[in-house]
Amino acid sequence: MTSDPNKDSAGPPPKPASPQPASPGPLPLRHAGHHEWATALDHRDRTWWFDCIARLAVLGGGLSAILFIGAIFVFIASQGIDFALHHLNWLDFLFGKRWEPTVEPPEYGALPLIMGTCWITGVAMIIAVPLAFGAAIYIGEFARGRQREWLKILIELLAAIPSVVWGVIGLQVMKPIIQHVFGVQVGLNVLNAGIILGLMAAPIITTIAEDALKAVPETYREAAEALGASRWQVIWKVVLPHARPGLSAAVLLGIGRAFGETIAVLMASGHRLMIPESVFDSAATITATIAAELGEAAHGSEHYQVLFVLGLLLFGITFGINLTADWIVRGRRSRA
Amino acid sequence: MVTEPPPLVSVRGLSIHYGDKVALQGVDLDIKTNEIFGIIGPANAGKTSFLRALNRMDEFVPGMQVLGDITFAGRDVRTVRNLYALRKRIGVVFPLPVGLPLSIYDNVALSPRLSGITKHAQLDEIVERCLRRAALWDEVKDRLKGLGSLLSGGQQQRLTIARALSQDPELLLLDEFSIAVDPVTTMRIEEVLKELRQELTIVLVTNLVQQARRLADRTSFFLGGLCVEIAPTEALFSGGAREQSTVDYLEGRFG
Repeated sequence: MTSDPNKDSAGPPPKPASPQPASPGPLPLRHAGHHEWATALDHRDRTWWFDCIARLAVLGGGLSAILFIGAIFVFIASQGIDFALHHLNWLDFLFGKRWEPTVEPPEYGALPLIMGTCWITGVAMIIAVPLAFGAAIYIGEFARGRQREWLKILIELLAAIPSVVWGVIGLQVMKPIIQHVFGVQVGLNVLNAGIILGLMAAPIITTIAEDALKAVPETYREAAEALGASRWQVIWKVVLPHARPGLSAAVLLGIGRAFGETIAVLMASGHRLMIPESVFDSAATITATIAAELGEAAHGSEHYQVLFVLGLLLFGITFGINLTADWIVRGRRSRA
Repeated sequence: MVTEPPPLVSVRGLSIHYGDKVALQGVDLDIKTNEIFGIIGPANAGKTSFLRALNRMDEFVPGMQVLGDITFAGRDVRTVRNLYALRKRIGVVFPLPVGLPLSIYDNVALSPRLSGITKHAQLDEIVERCLRRAALWDEVKDRLKGLGSLLSGGQQQRLTIARALSQDPELLLLDEFSIAVDPVTTMRIEEVLKELRQELTIVLVTNLVQQARRLADRTSFFLGGLCVEIAPTEALFSGGAREQSTVDYLEGRFG
C-alpha cells in the first residue's frame, strides 16, 4: 500500500458546504474512534430484537401449516391404515370396476369413482380454462377503469355463491336443458356436473390468472409495443409467456377446487357407481361417495375404514397435483 | 485525529464465486477514511460484486459465495452481530434507480424514521438537506407528496441518492450512479460528492473513466475479477500506470 497522501490532488471543494447546523443524523459516530464503531456494530438494539422475535413468530405460522396438514394426514391414515394394510386388496381397490360396499360379499373397486372424478374434472376444466383465461385477459389487458373494477367484483361474487346453490342449479336448470338440447334420457350426468364445476372453478382461475397477468411489468408491454407489436401479439408473445407459471398455478388450483367439490357434484352428477363411457352417463366421484356413505357406515366397520382409504387416495392425488404445479413453476424458473 | 488513521475498510484475499463462476479473485485493498475511492473497469470485472460483498448483500443473491476478509472500521463484516446496524452505516446507490412506492418525502424520510426520528421539523430538515444535496430539491419541492416511482428515470436516480444520504452513512457505495442522469445534473452531483468527502467515505464504481479522474482520490482498475492496480488518481491518469492493461483501458483501446 502506498503511504503517499494525495488529499490535495483533487483540489479543495469549490465552495464551503452550505450553511448547516450540526447535522441531526441518527448517530454521530463519524468522529469517534474505532472502538466505538466496533461496539456499535455489535450492539443488539431494539430493532434487532424485534426482527428476531418477528422472525420466530412467522416461523411459528409456517410450522403450524405443516403441523395441521400432518395432523389431518395422521387422522385419516389412522382410521384407514389397518384395513388398507391387512385386508384390502390394492389391485382390486384401484382397478376393480364394482363399488358395492353394502352387499355380501362387499366389493371395494374404486375405479368407477376415480374415473368419475377424472371425467367430471376434465369436462369442468375444458369449460373453465378458456372461459377463465378469456375473462382474465380481458380484465387484465383490455378493460379499463370502472368497467374493470365492476367485472372484478362480479367475478368475485360468482366465487362466493355457495356450492349447494350450484347443485340446485344443476338439478333444476341444467338437467332439463341438457335433456332437451341433447335429447338424452338422463339429465344428471358428467356433462351437467362438469358444467357446474367448471362455472364454480372459473372465478378462482380468473382471479389468480389475472393476478399473474398484472404481475408482468408494464415496461415489458411498452418495450414490445414500441416494436410495433399489436395488442394481441404483445399478449401472446410477451405477457402470457412471462405469466405462465402463475397461469399454470391458476389452472391447478382450479383442478384442485373441482376435485374437492362435493355437494354440487353429488347433486348434479346423478351419483351412479359405474364407470362413465360418455359425457351423458351419470357418474360418481370420490368426494361425493365419501359424503354420501360415511353417515351410513357403522363407525369402525370395514365400509367406514374403506371410505377413509378413499380419503387417503384423495389426499395422495391432491398432493400429486400440487407437486406437479410446483414442478412446473420451478422448471420454468430454472430455465429462465 | 491520529496521524495515520487505520483504513475504514480493509479487504484481504477477497474472492467471490457465483456457483462455478468466479467473479472476483484475491483482491487486497484498503479504503481510507474520507477519501473517494474510484473503481473502474470493463463490464464483468467484478466491480458490482465487490460492492455487494462490502455490506453483505450477498445474502440476497442465491449461490453467491464470498471468501476472504473484509473489515469495516476494524470489525470483520462476517461476524458483525447487528447486521442492520452495519447496513445502516453503509449507503448504496444502485445503477438502476429504485424509487420505493412511497411519496418523495417518505422515500427520503424512511431511513431516519427507521432509526426512530419522529419530529416533523427534524424530518423536514433532513429531507430538504438530502434532496438539495442530490440536486433534486428545486424540481420536487412543490410535490413532495407525489409518488417517488412516478418521477423520471434521472430524477428517481437522484431520489435514490438522496435516500442513501438520508441514512447518514459512514460509507457511501455508488454503483454507476450517473447512468440515467443528464450531464449537467451529474456535474452538480459530483460537486456535492466532493463536498461530502469531508464527512464520509465514498466508493465510486464508474464506467466513465473521466468521472473517476474528476472525483477519485485513488483509483483502482478491475479486470476480469482481478484488481489490476491501485494508484493515486493523478498518477494513474498522467501516465503512471504500471500495468499495460490499465494504460490500454484508460486510452480506450478495449473495454
